[in-house]
Amino acid sequence: MSIEEAKPTHDQGDLWEVFLQEDGQPHVHAGSLRAPDAEMALQNARDVYARRGAVTGLWVVRTADIAATEPADRAALFDGPRTKAYRHAHFYPLPGGMKEP
Amino acid sequence: MQPTAQGSESAFDAHIRDHLHVEPRDWMPDSYRSQLIRLISQHAHSEIVGMLPEGNWITRAPSLRRKIGLLAKVQDEAGHGLYLYCAAETLGISREEMFEQLLAGRAKYSNIFSYPTLSWADIGVIGWLVDGAAILNQTTMAKCSYGPYARSLLRICREENFHKRQGMEMVAALVRGTPAQQAMAQESLGRWWWPTLMMFGPPDSDSPNSADLMKWRVKLRTNDELRQRFVDMTVPQALAFGLTIPDPKLRFDSDTGHWVTGEIDWEEFRLVIQGFGPCSAERLEARRRAHAEGAWVREAALAHEARRGRREVATP
Repeated sequence: MSIEEAKPTHDQGDLWEVFLQEDGQPHVHAGSLRAPDAEMALQNARDVYARRGAVTGLWVVRTADIAATEPADRAALFDGPRTKAYRHAHFYPLPGGMKEP
Repeated sequence: MQPTAQGSESAFDAHIRDHLHVEPRDWMPDSYRSQLIRLISQHAHSEIVGMLPEGNWITRAPSLRRKIGLLAKVQDEAGHGLYLYCAAETLGISREEMFEQLLAGRAKYSNIFSYPTLSWADIGVIGWLVDGAAILNQTTMAKCSYGPYARSLLRICREENFHKRQGMEMVAALVRGTPAQQAMAQESLGRWWWPTLMMFGPPDSDSPNSADLMKWRVKLRTNDELRQRFVDMTVPQALAFGLTIPDPKLRFDSDTGHWVTGEIDWEEFRLVIQGFGPCSAERLEARRRAHAEGAWVREAALAHEARRGRREVATP
C-alpha cells in the first residue's frame, strides 16, 4: 500500500522523501521536504540535508509513490526468521580445537 | 510484535515500555499525537523565529570569520525548522496550518527569542548559553519514542555543536579584549542568564503535561533536571571566563555537588510565552512580513510545475 500524504496542501508542493548516500554506503532515508517537482526537490534536499558531511549522492521520491508494508503485518512478515537459528553461522559449532581469527 | 497496530492504549504503553519507536502509520492515542504536534511545531517555530535576533547582526559582524560563521548558523536554523515541520507533518497536521497558528499568534515558541539582541556580545552569549541549553534539551529528546522527531533531532544535534563553540569563541575573545569589550560581555550575560534558565520550561511542580510525556518517553528528563545540569555545566564556564553570574544567591552546595540558584521569575516567563515579551510583537510582525513577501516564491514554484506538466502532456 502506498503511504498517503497527511493532508493536501495548497502552496508548498508535494511531499518528498530524501535519501542520502555517503561514499560506499547505501542510500539512507534522511527525512522529507516539500517541493513542486523532482528537480527542485533535489535542489532543496541538497540545501537542507546535505550542507555538511560526506554526501556523494541524493535520491528523492514522492512520498505518495512509496509502496510500504502495513504496521499491522509486522509480526507476520518479520518475526519468522527469529526462529530460524540455522540460518546463522553460530548455529554450527566449530570442530574441536579450531578457532576463528 | 504488533502492539501498536492493535489500537489499544495498553498495547501502546507496552510498546513504549519496551523502548520501541512509534512510526507515523502506527496506531497511537490521540493525546500522544496532539502532544507531539504541539511540541514539534513549537520547536520548529522556535528555530524559524530564532533566526530573527541573530540575522539582525549579520551585516554588522566585526570580521569575515564572524560573518560566515553567523550566516552558516542562521542557515542551519532555517534547515532545522524544515526538518521539524516535516516531522510534525507525519502526524497529520499540514504545514499551512502550523504557519497559520504561528502567524496568528496562537502558537508558542521558545521564550528566549522574544528578547532583543542589543550588542554584538549578545551573539556570542546566545551561542554559548542559548545553544548550550538547546543542545542539552535536544540530545535528550533525540532518544524520544517518536521516530521522525528523534531522527530529526539527531541530525540537528550534529549541526548544533558548532553554534555553541562559535559563541564560546566570541565570548572568549571579548573577555580577553579591552575593558569596554569585557564590560560588553558581562552586560550581555547579565541580560541572558535568567531568560536562558527559563528555556527549560516551568518547574516540575508546575508542568501540566510532564507526567504523560514522561510515561510515553516523549520526554526523558524533567525540566528541573535539565536546568540543573545546565547550571552545573555553565557556572564553571562563566567563572573560567572571569564573568559574574547575575545571581547574588548563587552558591555551590558541597553536599549535593550542585550549584544552587536563586528564584526564577516565573511571572516573567508566563508573560513572555503568552506573547508579551519585549520583542514578541516585533518577531511576529517580521514573520508575517517574510511570509507575505515570500509568497511569490511559492507561487512561482507552483507555476513552474504547472507549466512543465503541460509541456509533458503536449509532447508525447
